[in-house]
Amino acid sequence: MIELEAINRNFEVGEETVHALRDINLNIDAGEYISIMGPSGSGKSTLLNILGLLDQPNSGIYRFNGKAINQLAEDEQAQVRRENIGFVFQFFHLIPRLSAADNVALPLTLAGVEPDIRQQKTAAAMDALGIAERAQHRPDQLSGGQRQRVAIARAMITEPQLILADEPTGNLDRSSGSDVIEALEALNQKGITLIMVTHDPELGGRAMRRLKMDDGKIIGDHQS
Amino acid sequence: MMRLADVLRYSLQSMLGHRGRTLLMLLAMAIGVGAVVVLTALGEGARRYVLDQFTTLGSHIVIVLPGRSETTGAAPPLMGETPRDLTIDDALALYQSHAIGKVAPLVIGSAPVSWQAREREVMVLGTTAEMEQVRQLKMARGKFISSSDPHRGSAVCVIGHTLRKELFGNQQALGQWLRIGERRFRVIGELAQQGHSLGADIGDLIIIPVASAQALFNTESLFRILIQAKGRDSIPQAKQAIKKIITERHDGEDDITVITQDAILATFDRIFTALTFAVAGIAAISLAVAGVLIMNVMLVAISQRTSEIGLLKALGAPDFEVMLLFLAEAGLLSLCGGVAGLAVGMASSFFLDQAFTNFTVIAPLWASVGGLSVALLTGLVFGYLPARRAARLNPVEALTRRR
Ligand SMILES: Nc1ncnc2c1ncn2[C@@H]1O[C@H](COP(=O)(O)OP(=O)(O)OP(=O)(O)O)[C@@H](O)[C@H]1O
Ligand SMILES: [Mg+2]
Repeated sequence: MIELEAINRNFEVGEETVHALRDINLNIDAGEYISIMGPSGSGKSTLLNILGLLDQPNSGIYRFNGKAINQLAEDEQAQVRRENIGFVFQFFHLIPRLSAADNVALPLTLAGVEPDIRQQKTAAAMDALGIAERAQHRPDQLSGGQRQRVAIARAMITEPQLILADEPTGNLDRSSGSDVIEALEALNQKGITLIMVTHDPELGGRAMRRLKMDDGKIIGDHQS
Repeated sequence: MMRLADVLRYSLQSMLGHRGRTLLMLLAMAIGVGAVVVLTALGEGARRYVLDQFTTLGSHIVIVLPGRSETTGAAPPLMGETPRDLTIDDALALYQSHAIGKVAPLVIGSAPVSWQAREREVMVLGTTAEMEQVRQLKMARGKFISSSDPHRGSAVCVIGHTLRKELFGNQQALGQWLRIGERRFRVIGELAQQGHSLGADIGDLIIIPVASAQALFNTESLFRILIQAKGRDSIPQAKQAIKKIITERHDGEDDITVITQDAILATFDRIFTALTFAVAGIAAISLAVAGVLIMNVMLVAISQRTSEIGLLKALGAPDFEVMLLFLAEAGLLSLCGGVAGLAVGMASSFFLDQAFTNFTVIAPLWASVGGLSVALLTGLVFGYLPARRAARLNPVEALTRRR
């Protein structure tokens, strides 16, 4: 599903150039469950942002379903994100003034989906994540674990092929963290490709494929 | 593509989610639009007030004055030339023209008027029966002086409302004989209270037949001649006819000035319309100030909401959609502010209207519509820059700011 070929990403910081990614080559098949681990600053988030089309590599080719997409125009990339990719962030990124249900429905609202279809899908997604009774609560009325499950419901509502999660448990305690991981794994079980960055070796170890990064390079790729 | 109803709902929720700044912007817009509405209403009111004052003079009026007006820029009068007087016969001759409906000669003077022990110095108008219609005078009691040969003066008079009260108090005035100077006149009518008409107090005067006035003031000449044209369209024709007839009667000398009421009206109309526009323009500047405020507040809003913008982009909103959302918010804010301003403006116009009797304060439709559209336009124009900035934010940077 995903092919990365010699991807480089540099940042100019003053006089210096920071090589966040160096010649990354990576193939990911549909339905895989991948964890990315590595020390801080090793380039995990940068890699995830490029996979999610939020960032562009300085060089290299990114193919998504066989199509080179880093040459696409901004609007076409937005369309790929909208239709194929879901994001889960460390800081949830829920819109504080919207209810949980409206937050979950937001990708459909932005895409112009009819309100009744929206409502139906939102209810189903929130039900699947066990937050149905919180639908009308605002984010500040929810616990961290509940917020992250709202965010996961939002990521899955468009039925994407790929879910990218950058330290989804980074802000949660152990028990709500494992709830969140179980929710993500359940999505993977249904065939959605899951790529997750984590600092927790125990959580990372649950993935079928474990990537290890250091200094912008993939230094380990273990399958089980 | 996002549905319009959802765009509006999203903007509305954002407005409600930031009440403080929303109220501030609504206030700024409301003041701007309200100012436009109230000031134009006042300007319009002033214009109408002045026009009304002129129309109470009567309709289709043409006024003839003896003497050539210097303002025409004609050749300077010859040495020793004095303008010929206008006479009653001059006035009657004007009936030759088909364009002229009614002719009312006018002699004006001031004389002591007395009844029993009371005496007052009052303005005396000598005229004919036609004056009643030409100046649209209304009678409270009795009749106006009757139409008979203008050369023959009878000893009757019509008195104004104030004068009646001063001289007769609560007593019956009709039929009483009073004195003007050394002559005695019988009161045959009382004018109704009509208030002021261009400075002249219709209440405080006495009207007698023109020949009686000429005898009283020992003059042959008229102060002026008031003419009512047959219709509004025949005013130019009437003006020409007057010039021609009087010139013929005055041995080929064009020694009169003809003033049409319409010319005066048109001038005042222009002046006041210009004034109203000027005032509306000044008020519109406050709308521009409101626009700048909207721009600043939107810029602050965008820096507070960067992570939201990053999120929208991550969720697949194209740049133009992000821009649309912020533009809609600016537009909606200014529109709501505009509507609030319109309401405030209308309400204050209404109270001003109630406060000034005989002065209507009603905002013209163009001011309301214009004020609202300018408000919306300002919101969109000044919202454009912040909206574009939002659309151009880098999603990765926008998302890494914690929230
Ligand atoms: N916008 C940026 N400008 C400059 N340098 C950047 C930028 N983004 C990332 N970097 C640098 O690129 C390198 C990789 O950063 P990245 O965020 O991918 O690390 P990470 O592995 O996610 O670290 P962490 O575990 O702390 O999240 C770091 O050295 C970082 O300083
Ligand atoms: Mg990171």
